[in-house]
Amino acid sequence: MVEPRVLSFREAVLEALFLEMHADPNVMLIGEDVGAAGGVFKQTEGLFKTFGATRIIDTPISEPGAFGMAIGAAMAGARPVFEVMFGDFMTLCMDQLVNQAAKVRYMSNGRASVPLVLRTTMGTGANLGPQHSQGFYAWAAHVPGLKVVVPSNPADAAGLMRAAIRDNDPVLFFEDRMLYPAKGAVDADIPLVPIGKARVLREGSDVTLIAIGRMAQFALDAAKRLAADGIEAEVIDPRTLVPLDQEALLQSVRKTHRAIVIDGAPRSYGVTGEIASIINEDAFDWLDAPVMRLGAADTPVPISRTLEPLWRPDAARIEKAVRTLLS
Amino acid sequence: MKQTTRMAAASGRPEKTSPDWLGMHRTMLLIRHFEEAVRSLATAGAVPGLVHLCAGQEATNVGVIAALAKGDMIASHHRGHGHCLAKGADVASLLGEILGKEAGLCGGRSGSMHFIDLDNGNLGTNGIVGGGIPLAAGAALAARARGGDEVFVCFFGDGALNQGLLHECMNMTAIWKLPVVFVCENNGFGEFTAIDDVTAGPSIVARGEVFGIPSKMIDGMDVRTVFTTTQRAVTRARAGKGPSFIVCNTWRFGGHHVGDKQDYKADAETKRWLARDPIPKSAKRLIAEGLTTAVKLKTLEAQITTQVRVAVERVRNAPEPAATRLAEHVHG
Ligand SMILES: Cc1ncc(C[n+]2csc(CCOP(=O)(O)OP(=O)(O)O)c2C)c(N)n1
Ligand SMILES: [Mg+2]
Repeated sequence: MVEPRVLSFREAVLEALFLEMHADPNVMLIGEDVGAAGGVFKQTEGLFKTFGATRIIDTPISEPGAFGMAIGAAMAGARPVFEVMFGDFMTLCMDQLVNQAAKVRYMSNGRASVPLVLRTTMGTGANLGPQHSQGFYAWAAHVPGLKVVVPSNPADAAGLMRAAIRDNDPVLFFEDRMLYPAKGAVDADIPLVPIGKARVLREGSDVTLIAIGRMAQFALDAAKRLAADGIEAEVIDPRTLVPLDQEALLQSVRKTHRAIVIDGAPRSYGVTGEIASIINEDAFDWLDAPVMRLGAADTPVPISRTLEPLWRPDAARIEKAVRTLLS
Repeated sequence: MKQTTRMAAASGRPEKTSPDWLGMHRTMLLIRHFEEAVRSLATAGAVPGLVHLCAGQEATNVGVIAALAKGDMIASHHRGHGHCLAKGADVASLLGEILGKEAGLCGGRSGSMHFIDLDNGNLGTNGIVGGGIPLAAGAALAARARGGDEVFVCFFGDGALNQGLLHECMNMTAIWKLPVVFVCENNGFGEFTAIDDVTAGPSIVARGEVFGIPSKMIDGMDVRTVFTTTQRAVTRARAGKGPSFIVCNTWRFGGHHVGDKQDYKADAETKRWLARDPIPKSAKRLIAEGLTTAVKLKTLEAQITTQVRVAVERVRNAPEPAATRLAEHVHG
């Protein structure tokens, strides 16, 4: 066995891309400045040099057409990874995503498929403001036919990227840019992480914290502080929203009898409501308190250094919520 | 349907020397009779949803597709039965799909407007105006990455001329010299709106030329003109020289969809276009050239009506999809 290495989130996903592009000549990368430039966040560094211009495609700033082309390429046998530089720009791909990519398998009665990955970045903390911060994974999760992945750490991100590329459906892969420098242990062979399996990041018996993406890191921080007071929080990262590992979430709630669902996107009509409903429907008898939901404000993301951190949950707010729930 | 027009030689390419004009005629006839059958089924209430017929546009459908090799692909649009048939769709599977039957190629999920037939190189009809354009362009990108020499055609109506997707894909296929042929079936209307009312600029072909794409407007009612023009574009594409743009002027003999009263069309204009019906025109020429006789054409037409009638009988009362099918094939 080769020793695990410590890699940043960005490095780990990049290694996953290298691995899959070496393994399968049908994998291609399509996006803006992903080629010789190596990506706006250095997230595609070196790929162009290794795989060249027929597999690493630098597109014009032309998201609807370029993403539509990625879908056509996927229908014709390629496995494109299409990059949308900032999650907010995914709106430009929405028609292709919803009306073509998501529906092709169904419309063709399973005779055609769209094996592609749409990867995009999101996240607050760099004051990028209303049009460069959001991740529309809840939207995507509402569209039948898509799969939705939101990783929280380097090993999961890399393993899920590999799985997403191998998956025969359109997979949306949301990366929080604030996690890019975050380091973590990654096994040398970058094990595949199955799409549709949650991960218990920390075991605990007093409350279940179900946290999406970067929120899982905040939840771990909060759990650490709570442990000092003898409160043991279980932290679960669903990792993929579609398909959702409902059983793993329910199992934990049946053990702890309390749950908080935490998301870094606007709370209304979002992921927290969906997960809370599942718990209410399938684990109501085990609950000692109503499921609590923490989400971002129902506003665009403000750019101000004062306002931006107020926009979404953080470790302090999660800690406070747990104390409220337990009191 | 036997696709004599594609004449699979050893290379799988159509022969350049003697185009199969008779085969093209046969396919046009098949489309005309197929559409007539769909019209009467729709009028009788047997077709779920909307259905857009292409009668009148057969020369465009057939002339373009006859210039392709078997491995070449097309992306079609909402008025796409003709493309599907010309590309080799089984008559009963297409008709069954239009009727929403289990026996339809897509299990009754796609109907007329979302018929996907990859086995025959058809990326699908499309319910989104302009939606098929990037699919064909992207399939071309994939082919280039794998070193293939296939050519990709996207069909679209004049209505799609004002979709940004078209211009984005023209730009990208031009910079990357992708093997794509853009075919606009200009029938003068998008739904009930005349093209001139919604399309700026003095020339449609200029919309291709601005990207450096060879662009041409042709008589879309003449199957031979369509074929030879497309053949040149296909040769160019296969040689790695990039996309072409062909505007085929044509006319839909029916309404936008079955049931459309068409009061936005002027009678005189309709009459003028009916006189240009591509099928009698092709028949006349075939007879004059001694490629067939009036009697043989009658027999051919009788064969085709029988073929269509048999398909109608086969699927008209075929079973609806089972309820258990509803949730199938959302994910793989
Ligand atoms: C994006 C989109 N907008 C509007 C429609 C509704 N619609 C269906 S067909 C059509 C007209 C299309 O005209 P054209 O492209 O010229 O094709 P034609 O019907 O004339 O063959 C419209 C507006 C649609 N299906 N998709
Ligand atoms: Mg039109």
